[in-house]
Amino acid sequence: MENLIEIRWHGRGGQGAKTASLLLADAAFNTGKYIQGFPEYGPERMGAPITAYNRISNTPITVHSNIYEPDYVVVVDDTLLESVNVTAGLKETGAIIINTTKDEEYLKKVLNGYNGKIFTIDARKVSMETLGKYFPNTPMLAAVVKVSKVMTEEEFLNDMIGSFKHKFAKKPEVIEGNMKALELSLKEIKQIG
Amino acid sequence: MSIRERLSGNEAAAIAMKQINPDVVAAFPITPSTEIPQYFSSFVSNGAVDTEFVAVESEHSAMSACIGAEAAGARAMTATSSNGLSLMWEMIYIASSLRLPIVMSLVNRAVSGPLNIHNDHSDAMGVRDSGWIQLFSENNQEAYDNLVMAHRIAEHKDVLLPLMVCQDGFITSHSIENIELIEDDLVKKFVGTYKPEHYLLNDKEPMAVGPLDLQAYLFEHKRQQAEAMRNAKKVVLEVSKEFEKMTGRKYGFFEEYKLEDAEIAIVCMNSTAGTTKYTVDKLREKGIKAGLLKIRMFRPFPTEEVAKALSHLKAVAVLDKADSLNGAGGALFEDVISSMYVSNIHVPTVNYVYGIGGRDTKADDIEKVYNDLSEIVKTGNINNPYRYLGVRE
Repeated sequence: MENLIEIRWHGRGGQGAKTASLLLADAAFNTGKYIQGFPEYGPERMGAPITAYNRISNTPITVHSNIYEPDYVVVVDDTLLESVNVTAGLKETGAIIINTTKDEEYLKKVLNGYNGKIFTIDARKVSMETLGKYFPNTPMLAAVVKVSKVMTEEEFLNDMIGSFKHKFAKKPEVIEGNMKALELSLKEIKQIG
Repeated sequence: MSIRERLSGNEAAAIAMKQINPDVVAAFPITPSTEIPQYFSSFVSNGAVDTEFVAVESEHSAMSACIGAEAAGARAMTATSSNGLSLMWEMIYIASSLRLPIVMSLVNRAVSGPLNIHNDHSDAMGVRDSGWIQLFSENNQEAYDNLVMAHRIAEHKDVLLPLMVCQDGFITSHSIENIELIEDDLVKKFVGTYKPEHYLLNDKEPMAVGPLDLQAYLFEHKRQQAEAMRNAKKVVLEVSKEFEKMTGRKYGFFEEYKLEDAEIAIVCMNSTAGTTKYTVDKLREKGIKAGLLKIRMFRPFPTEEVAKALSHLKAVAVLDKADSLNGAGGALFEDVISSMYVSNIHVPTVNYVYGIGGRDTKADDIEKVYNDLSEIVKTGNINNPYRYLGVRE
């Protein structure tokens, strides 16, 4: 599995982490990659911690298990930082991307001394500014593409127009806002430490 | 040219059913196979198929409706999981003994209790002696391909047995992965039109289906069923060869992955085979001669062929994703060792029950099995052949 990238998503039921992982799989598929996108199904209820996964590779992927040593971790909800060990197995050559407004000192403390790169984005702000509602998964999707470089930003944006047109065929009025959310996220994400 | 797509295992199964366009689909929803009839019912509503979709009130009725339809002369399909299959159990035997080539998509899930929605193979193992052909699928691609081949195998005049295509619940049924689809017209041509020789709606040949069958004949009828199951071997190979001509994808009774020059090997089914391939590649880089035999056709069991394929090994581990709770090892293990014994092949072989109720099976777990096998080769000591993988003791 040449160039295999493994991503683990942490979110809460209802925030769209599973959907974001499937959209990322879709976008990577459309750039010619081999992909896996799958959630870890547990008790499904609004607000419960959920995990979703992506594998993205240039060659066929045969492994069928959860991901224990991810290259990237995406945290869609920063209230999980104190209850879930989000950096478990996370490679130090990789990065963690967190939707948060918390400061560096707090993050370093809750990340158990993780030595890899830490990126943050205020997905709430991005979402409110562009969509007028809080949908953190769209900004986080853009953030993980930017950090992991699984595709170029241009490829990603071009592909997402198509995906949104398909996904929101019955409510086309939200397509523009979602595209703006992606574009703004690509600018807003920042590395700390 | 095939169509490059990305689909979940359930989507892949539903698309295969759409392309097959059977006369009747009768199903009742149950996790994790629910999406299959769900997607299929939308194909019915959209007019993509002209199937009669029967939204029954239970799985017992789903299988009963399939039996009625198939006996009438129609091509019938269904999908289920776990306790859905349990509720069909009475009719499962009736389908096979009436020699009705119904095709089922079985998305494997632990049978209750206690209640668990995740994957193991206890549902499929519960009907392993029911006279259904059972094909297992490593991923969405194989779940799709096996369904495309299913009717050709089941409906063959020398077979006439129902067939179930298994795939792992959630692990492949709900994972989006790359897949190569076959064009609609090619599938249609490959599957062909169902022309049963004897059927209830043939007014030229009035007949009864399923009457009383006592000491005088039941034994002979069971003997014929057994012979049909043996015949299925030849037909599975013929159909798979024709499928390979169409798609380039090769299928047999099982897949041998780096087995030819292997010293130690795992035998397993469904998605774990993929994780095992990944582990084999890793071990090969370290110079360890690991291999895999992935069973595709579990019923009929290819005894002579499995025994021969394993005969050169120094140690074998058979992985069962269902515990037979019999003090004597899982179903696949028993079939593998009895196959070897009958062929006078004696390779040290151990059993691992694993992955019960959706316990995740990691590449590290598989590596541990290969390490155990290396140890057996080194010491010649098996100790306990009935082992567990990934359980807390």
